[in-house]
Amino acid sequence: MLEVKDLHVTVEGKHILKGLNLTVATGQVHAIMGPNGAGKSTLSAVIAGKEGYEVTQGSITFDGQDVLEMEIEERARAGLLLGFQYPVEIPGVKNIYLLKAALNAKREAEGLGEIPAPEFMKLIKEKIAFMKMDASFLQRAVNEGFSGGEKKRNEILQMLVLQPKLALLDEIDSGLDIDAMKVVADGVNSLRAADRAILMVTHYQRLLDHITPDVVHVLVDGRIVKSGDAELAKELEARGYDWVLEESAA
Amino acid sequence: MSEVQGFLDRLSERAAARGAEPTWIAARRQAGAARFEALGFPDRKVEAWKYTDVRGIARGDFALAESADFSPASAAALTLPIEAHRLSFVDGVFAPALSDLGELPAGVSVEPLSQALAANHEAVGGALGRLAGVDFSPFTALNTAFAEEGAVIRLAPGAVVERPIVLQFLSGAGPAPVMSHPRVLVEAGARSQATLIEHQAGEEGAANFSNLVSELLLERGAILTHYKLQELPQTDQHIASLHVDQARDSRFTSFNLNLGGALARNDIVTDLNGQGAEANFFGLFFGQGRQLLDTHTLANHNAPLTFSHENYKGILDDRARGIFNGKVIVKRDSQKIEAHQNNANLLLSDRAEIDTKPELEIYADDVKCSHGATTGQLDQEAIFALRARGIDEATARGLLTLAFAGEVMDRVAIDAVAERVELAVAGKLPERFNLAGLVEAAVALHEE
Repeated sequence: MLEVKDLHVTVEGKHILKGLNLTVATGQVHAIMGPNGAGKSTLSAVIAGKEGYEVTQGSITFDGQDVLEMEIEERARAGLLLGFQYPVEIPGVKNIYLLKAALNAKREAEGLGEIPAPEFMKLIKEKIAFMKMDASFLQRAVNEGFSGGEKKRNEILQMLVLQPKLALLDEIDSGLDIDAMKVVADGVNSLRAADRAILMVTHYQRLLDHITPDVVHVLVDGRIVKSGDAELAKELEARGYDWVLEESAA
Repeated sequence: MSEVQGFLDRLSERAAARGAEPTWIAARRQAGAARFEALGFPDRKVEAWKYTDVRGIARGDFALAESADFSPASAAALTLPIEAHRLSFVDGVFAPALSDLGELPAGVSVEPLSQALAANHEAVGGALGRLAGVDFSPFTALNTAFAEEGAVIRLAPGAVVERPIVLQFLSGAGPAPVMSHPRVLVEAGARSQATLIEHQAGEEGAANFSNLVSELLLERGAILTHYKLQELPQTDQHIASLHVDQARDSRFTSFNLNLGGALARNDIVTDLNGQGAEANFFGLFFGQGRQLLDTHTLANHNAPLTFSHENYKGILDDRARGIFNGKVIVKRDSQKIEAHQNNANLLLSDRAEIDTKPELEIYADDVKCSHGATTGQLDQEAIFALRARGIDEATARGLLTLAFAGEVMDRVAIDAVAERVELAVAGKLPERFNLAGLVEAAVALHEE
């Protein structure tokens, strides 16, 4: 579903990703772990199309399409959605407007008509209940004045409504207390499906206690240096990253 | 000088055609004309007109309209779709066919100025010009010299008008440009309540000059909400001044919504003359192309315990230019007053320009005053966040622009007015994704 080949990326002249290779197959959950500054957030930003990241070499394909040639909104409509590490506050834009505009944009791209109002409200009602959110939040501006946990729940809510093919979750666990972590993890787990893939970028093993990955990758200094199953994450938690570095250098 | 002479010639022609008038009206016209002649059109050396070039008006050859003919289809499209007590004017001429006062509550009268003067010129005349003197500006003087038509609204003490009173000023695309100088007088008796909408709109291609002067007198405890919805074609030129006199415990709220006009200049002046008087100024201007939108407000705190609050938002695209000057003057003995001003502007293009200047002159020592002005661009992070959810860039920008206007828009209590502004600010956005009604649905869901 997602294929990243020999990806080199510079940010403000600084070489961050240095030949990254990654393949995520449909139905799988992948986790990318790594120390600070390894390039984890750069990878998600480049996949989502954020400005300021220059791809100097390599390719990203999603369902056979060249992602780097697609506009930001086209990527989202094709089913590639990024859950932000730091969701931005958008004063004055109500959550319900964002959800409906985004859903209809996706439907339009799929050749479907606009979602009928009752169907939309039914869907929203079901999803906010699942995320244990209060309906009043729909009238509030996107993320404005939200706590860290509320912002992350909101990211997952958007995923549940928009049903991406590939959910890219950037440090979705940061800033969450235990209760919020559970709700967010339940949300992510509910997205697991045979026709969908999930790619999580995380600094901590803690998230993986709640969402068990099929594949774990270690990203160090702009490259994936090791991949394994869920056990690898536990090993990293216990032993840190140094041994992987040594192993890869050897 | 020749520019001024052209207008004076029009005035003489008109006087000759009009015939005899009561002496005091003729004298007042003369005073207006003399003042206009002495002042001339303001140039950029005059501080209050520093950024506003009125040569387009001064050099124009504007006749006075003779008839109120207007295409019924155009009028229907322009008229605000609300239940209201409505008077319409076409290029300054009263248009009975487009007016419908309906049933006015007891103690309330709404009349075209010409009829009010004909019926009782002394009572009406006494109040006219009391608040808007010929010294205020050359345009006020010019209005005083020309004014023949407009509206007189009187509310008896305690009278409450539920429906808005709409004064609709239509600008027609005739064979030659015309000018109009409407005059509006409102006397709101003690504890009376009303909403007044001054609505300027016109046919595509109209290139007229309108010069409106309004005088609003609020007696003790009167509550008056004033909407100005200016959506003239971008070839029209519009000057307006609104003069308000507030007695004790009165509350005046102004929504100054300027969307149209090649040039639109609005002056709003309120005198807070009695304790407990409160003035709220909300404004939104949205300029595109080469529009110039200029607003000057002034709150005179002439008495202790008076309150003024101002929030203006400006949005400028293309090569449009905005001017905002909000001034507060606190007299020496006006203790314990509060005055707060805020002006935020959004520039959607590199070539758009805003000149903003909040001013405070305080001669009392026990006051609470604040002012602030900000200017910025759309938040790139927010645009990215919306696009990352599949929303195209134009829609994302529309949503964010509308959100910027939201603080003022949310206070607009008349849906039809809010919709006109939304369409102007965000294009067809609300329709495109059919966002209308969504918030109501969300509220209903919440209440379940």
